[in-house]
Amino acid sequence: MKLSELAFERQDYAYAFLDEFAKRELRRKILKAIAIPGYQVPYASREVPMARGWGTGGLQVSLALVGVNDTVKVIDQGDDDSVNAANLRRFIARMTGVKTTTDTLAASLIQSRHRIPEELLNERQVLVLQVPMPEILSSIEPSYARAREMHSDGDYALLWLGLYEDLVKYREVSYGADYPVLVNGRYVMAPSPIPRFDTPKLHQAAHLTLLSAGREKRLYAVPPYTDVYPLEFEDVPFQIEDQRGWRDASTGAAGKFMSEIPQDGGGSSYQLSDTGLKQKLERQMAGEEIEIGATYFDDDTNFYITGFLKGAS
Amino acid sequence: MSLLEMTLDAPRLLEMQPLLRVNNLCKNYGGIRALENVSLHVYPGEVLGIVGESGSGKSTVLRLLNLEEPETSGTYQLEIPELLGQNLFELNRFQKRETRVHHIGIVYQNPHLGLRMHKSSSGNVAERLILAGEKRFAELRRAARESLQASEFPIARMDEPPIHLSGGMQQRVQLAKAIAMKPKLLLLDEPTTGLDVSVQALVLDTLKRLQFELEMTMILVSHDLGVIRTLADRVMVMRGGRVVESGLTDQVLEDPQHAYTQQLVHAKL
Ligand SMILES: Nc1ncnc2c1ncn2[C@@H]1O[C@H](COP(=O)(O)OP(=O)(O)O)[C@@H](O)[C@H]1O
Ligand SMILES: [Mg+2]
Repeated sequence: MKLSELAFERQDYAYAFLDEFAKRELRRKILKAIAIPGYQVPYASREVPMARGWGTGGLQVSLALVGVNDTVKVIDQGDDDSVNAANLRRFIARMTGVKTTTDTLAASLIQSRHRIPEELLNERQVLVLQVPMPEILSSIEPSYARAREMHSDGDYALLWLGLYEDLVKYREVSYGADYPVLVNGRYVMAPSPIPRFDTPKLHQAAHLTLLSAGREKRLYAVPPYTDVYPLEFEDVPFQIEDQRGWRDASTGAAGKFMSEIPQDGGGSSYQLSDTGLKQKLERQMAGEEIEIGATYFDDDTNFYITGFLKGAS
Repeated sequence: MSLLEMTLDAPRLLEMQPLLRVNNLCKNYGGIRALENVSLHVYPGEVLGIVGESGSGKSTVLRLLNLEEPETSGTYQLEIPELLGQNLFELNRFQKRETRVHHIGIVYQNPHLGLRMHKSSSGNVAERLILAGEKRFAELRRAARESLQASEFPIARMDEPPIHLSGGMQQRVQLAKAIAMKPKLLLLDEPTTGLDVSVQALVLDTLKRLQFELEMTMILVSHDLGVIRTLADRVMVMRGGRVVESGLTDQVLEDPQHAYTQQLVHAKL
């Protein structure tokens, strides 16, 4: 028997754009990342028809995972309709023929930049986060070799010192997004620039989170039901951005992450950053029968795992 | 215990185990032999001075004792319960860090080597406790303040970065950092060189008091025989990476045996 008889016939286009070798490499690296939660696994990072920095890392992971039965949702800062999200979604759909959706509940694969949806993700869903800077230690240790050594020693003293310095200087921790988290009690990782509001959603989450940086060629994972704790001093608890008192202008929804919209008069109005949820709420208000899932935070910004946020105001 | 019984006890030094035992330490840098068979024993609470001209290997000894660099050959032991019988040079990177954090403090001549110049002074001290696993902010503050106070650092300036401080104050921050974990062993590499004479005297006073209060064993490197005379119980004279003479400070400085030591002492006078 000849090798050519065993192999698939050569095709100009591969399913999901990446060739089978690229996808196999990615899947192996993803498995390794899942096996070592929070550990950054280097990967080849192929060329895709999109500039580095526009979500090529997330895209490659999505392409390696997506199958004909998937339904894909892509968001950018919570928004399904931003140019970047729309481009990525259209590309994935064209290269795979999968269905797309803006409804978090209907999606099996969600690629996102900077947000985790407000509705609870479940065990059958995969969240792919686009990562600009995977190395949480890069701001304090310019040498990647040294940073890797620090990870292997579990030496995160400089991160703690950074928190100490913030508290001394500003009386609060200055990390906005990308707040460092300890995964599975072992590796500290950059959760990608999700707001602090989204950070607790990673803790003991039912879904699998994959984080991938195309330019930096690293991917890492938070497997389902894994401990993810923000770095916090015992006596200075981690705090999420305060969203209290803000309501979505059209639906009145509260206790979720809001985008501020400056008004002509100088004031601000607010709207849900999660536009998929916003649309569903609007349709519900218009009388449509529509399922809204349980959310990580209730209307009073109480987190669904009671006691996890010690600093909950 | 009566006075009689006490005088019948064996002399203290005969019964005591040395805290630190270094045998036949050698260090090469490429073709350069920086240390040649250096051996030293230091007893608990003792201050050992090391003198010698520049390039004689004094700093190299301290860097090796602080487990910063690999040795070429030799053994190094500390008489500390969890390290008994262990050649410290054989520890892995992680164990070396643990040992350094818990049991060894160091003050460098150049504060840039010992401090993060742009972090707060209190943070520099707190880092030692962070490394030892402290996760309470209030405790870090308390311990940093306590150590800085013990080093007679002006506490109102505890959150200023060392880069804004005078040389004397920088050395006090280094000292506070070195003693933050109350280590058994304190290594001092020309801690007062480059300071004004008056500031130098004050820092030496602080050192003397701390050594007494914390019962630390100290190894003090200096090319200033005055500094050695003030602090050291015993002195070791080095030249070209070798120990040429050692003994009680008074003896060595009053009655040097080796020609090189005689030269040193006379140059000083
Ligand atoms: N990192 C290094 N690389 C090469 N040579 C070194 C290094 N450190 C020290 N040396 C050499 O080792 C010898 C001892 O240096 P050092 O311990 O700094 O002396 P001291 O502190 O007594 O002035 C010198 O000859 C010096 O040039
Ligand atoms: Mg020197």
